[in-house]
Amino acid sequence: MMRKLTLIGIMAFALLSSCTSKSNRLPILGSKNPVTKTVDGKQVTDTTYATIPDFKFVNQYGDTITAKNLDGKIYVADFFFTTCPSICPLMHRNMLNVYKEFKDDNNFRILSHTIDPKYDTVPVLKRYADKMGIAGNSWWLLHGNKGDTYGIAKSYLQSVQERNPAGQYIHDGFFILIDKQKRIRGTYEGTDPKEVDKLIADIKTLKAEPEQVAAK
Amino acid sequence: MKVKLIAGILLLITVVVVSCQSDEQVEFSRYYSGGSSIYQQHCQNCHGEKGEGLQSLIPPLTDSIYLKNNKTLLACFLKNGLKGKIIINKREFDDEMKPDELAPIEIAKVLTYVTNSFGNKMGVINLQMVEGDMAKCR
Ligand code: HEC
Repeated sequence: MMRKLTLIGIMAFALLSSCTSKSNRLPILGSKNPVTKTVDGKQVTDTTYATIPDFKFVNQYGDTITAKNLDGKIYVADFFFTTCPSICPLMHRNMLNVYKEFKDDNNFRILSHTIDPKYDTVPVLKRYADKMGIAGNSWWLLHGNKGDTYGIAKSYLQSVQERNPAGQYIHDGFFILIDKQKRIRGTYEGTDPKEVDKLIADIKTLKAEPEQVAAK
Repeated sequence: MKVKLIAGILLLITVVVVSCQSDEQVEFSRYYSGGSSIYQQHCQNCHGEKGEGLQSLIPPLTDSIYLKNNKTLLACFLKNGLKGKIIINKREFDDEMKPDELAPIEIAKVLTYVTNSFGNKMGVINLQMVEGDMAKCR
């Protein structure tokens, strides 16, 4: 009798943990490319996922930041500008929660690209960081030329455009989650506190994935 | 007869007083509830759902003393914007709020909402008051 119970217990546990381990993996987003190659004389088809290409921007401290600075790091990216009258204050009120949660983790970063490089110079970005109460290197505010920023936005599946006739920039308010292999693992509506709570939960899930733990 | 007359007068007075009060109450509710949705659309992204502001970037709307001292200037802040150093809740803010294209009646409603939410209790700021204040904007 006792044994039977233990057996049922083990089975139930196995069942449960298999369920959770399944849901404990985030999807990989972006375009998939089937690559066919010949391994040991046999044709095999592999799927490669879209990755964020190399880039070069300058952060609020005047340091040059490239994709190499993010090797071995999970990060979240977004697009904003400091004089944004509409959604940016709301986005960064929510991003502050992400910052607070992971600011002591050196393998995590937040990258906020300004889409108004003309006004948002490095000193303006530093001032903004100071007023936001952001210190250290966990949240970088990135300056770059417009072409580069708009180009990288496309890689993140985001759309940003030139000023509309009212003088405002149109841009998406998404937070994009990138893994250590520089693949897109989630997009979240940065203006919605509930979605940002999900982002925080997903970052924890992602950090625990064996592939991420192993990556350097 | 006398008693009836007195009772009648008393009744009349009560009716007048009650209806006066409720007129004010009606005006207040009309401004306040209209102001709530204007706040959500035009102010909340910056000043926050609870008027909490954002770090040292955007001041909170919870400083009742500042709001009282500047009551007649608030309409001008919204019409012409506000720039430079201000002290809110004993903290310094030095940034800029751009003007918003709100009609005077919308300004009255949103100010009634702000000055009677987040712990503030200043009563109605109606259209006549806003128009008077706006005529004196610097
Ligand atoms: C784009 C962001 C933004 C929006 C939108 C905005 N404000 Fe402001 N507001 C500010 C900033 C920044 C200041 C401080 C300006 C300064 O430092 O001089 C301010 C200051 C104020 C002040 C005076 C200081 C205080 O905290 O009491 C009031 C009152 C105010 N805003 C009300 C409003 C109302 C009402 C609305 C909506 C109609 C609104 N604001 C919309 C950014 C904003």
